[in-house]
Amino acid sequence: MLSSEDTINQTQAVLNAENVDIYYGDFLALKGIYMEIPKNKVTAFIGPSGCGKSTLLRCYNRLNDLIPVFKLNGKITYHGQNLYDQDVDPVQVRRRIGMVFQKPNPFPKSIYENITFGAKINGFKGDFDQLVEESLRGAALWEEVKDKLKQNGMSISGGQQQRLCIARTIALKPDVILMDEPCAALDPISTLKVEELIHQLKEEYTIIIVTHNMQQAARVADYTGFFNVRVTEEGKRQGYLAEHDLTEVIFQNPKEEATKQYVSGRFG
Amino acid sequence: MTSEFISEQFDPGSLKKNTKDPRTLFGLIMSGIAGTFMVMAIIPLIIILLYLLIQGISSISPSVFIELPPPPMVEGGGFGNALLGTVIMVSIGALISVPIGILAAIFLSEYSGGQIANWIRFATNVLSGVPSIIIGVFAFGAIVLTFKTYSAWAGGFALSILMLPIIIRTTEEALKLVPQEVRQASVGIGANDFQTVLFVVMPAAIPAILTGVTLAIARAAGDTAALLFTALFTQFWPNWENKLAEPTASLAVLVYNFAIVPFKNQQALAWAAAFILVLLVLLTSIISRLATSKRQF
Repeated sequence: MLSSEDTINQTQAVLNAENVDIYYGDFLALKGIYMEIPKNKVTAFIGPSGCGKSTLLRCYNRLNDLIPVFKLNGKITYHGQNLYDQDVDPVQVRRRIGMVFQKPNPFPKSIYENITFGAKINGFKGDFDQLVEESLRGAALWEEVKDKLKQNGMSISGGQQQRLCIARTIALKPDVILMDEPCAALDPISTLKVEELIHQLKEEYTIIIVTHNMQQAARVADYTGFFNVRVTEEGKRQGYLAEHDLTEVIFQNPKEEATKQYVSGRFG
Repeated sequence: MTSEFISEQFDPGSLKKNTKDPRTLFGLIMSGIAGTFMVMAIIPLIIILLYLLIQGISSISPSVFIELPPPPMVEGGGFGNALLGTVIMVSIGALISVPIGILAAIFLSEYSGGQIANWIRFATNVLSGVPSIIIGVFAFGAIVLTFKTYSAWAGGFALSILMLPIIIRTTEEALKLVPQEVRQASVGIGANDFQTVLFVVMPAAIPAILTGVTLAIARAAGDTAALLFTALFTQFWPNWENKLAEPTASLAVLVYNFAIVPFKNQQALAWAAAFILVLLVLLTSIISRLATSKRQF
């Protein structure tokens, strides 16, 4: 699917989807996905509602396992290992591939414990104070909360909560960070802060971000995947990956007519 | 244009309330009726509390909490043994029902889905509707007949069955109030199911669970029928040497016994015990309200 092959081959693929079909029960929600996610780059998933971009995102850390009727055919490899092999422990996957959700969802614990909880259950044996400071600094939140680490994580503002969730994710030192519309519930100033943060984070992490905001994709992403919906002969809506390329190409010179219409705001 | 607009003389009408309007009148009358019935509903509670207060408080003295029930016609004495017996049996009941109830609720809300959970929920609802006298008879058959003695254990067992459905239902409700996003967050950072429930969902739900536990305790502390067949009553202190395997006094049964005797001193004691019982229920309700106010979801 990737057309600018020279560029993508220079960087290593961290995640690779090969002929992935995703079902909910008998319903084929997403069909025939081939997609490489390059290392230490930001990849944005855009597309109209119901195209399956969040569904695919959640496949990368097996969060869809929580849905009983979910089924995946095909392969998603992480550095060559198939995430959906029988003997893969989803807990190990999620430890390496972190997730930031649409709605800020800090634990109903103190800010400090929000950071240390993941480390604790994953057997971290080190200086927790240092881990908390590092992670909060990494999420550009340290200066704002350093005097109230004992306060409940749910008592700070929405934008701060979302950065706390990012701090909680990077405290695990993951390899990949998945973000599912991380700014959808935030005001413009908080959004700006999170976007700046994404720019910093990509030096160390591979990031995939789902967004409905096309300006945001254009601002933060190196690569963009455009997902679209088609209606099958039986009248069911089915998502597919329409185009995946460098963000500039998607926004300025897309190959597909549908992409052009979507990025120029004519549907979706 | 402007002059024409002004000359049209737009009349905005009066904004004053018109009590003669049938709609307003109907609303007022209905509010009045609802208010009256609200007062009627609250009257029994106020009368019971006032009556207990007047009748009970005159018999209350420090000695009633530490002395044994007196024989007929003898002044003084108290219900120390019944108070202690109630505390012991409610504790036994809580020790059995709280762990079982909470774990069952965790299973219902976190692990199971579908038909089995619905059947368990249905069974729980039926159990909470079973009259406590039936539960008493069951405990009589299961424990008293097996061990051939009335005991605090049998009483506690009967109370635990009484408490179980309350704890299961309130705990399940409490766990369901914890948003799905919080569970996903926990799973998303590599916690397994058990860690998610124990370290994230449970702590968040604890105030609401406590509310359920205190409600169950209040229910058990006030129940008489479940104890009539199981713990019976005694004039004496709970017997620790015999490992509580003897008839044991309780406040509720003391009220039941002494309220129907013709002796003034025992009747007075029944009033005092009833007053204390209501105070205990009130206290647990206040604790549960305090716990509720600490809820995060």
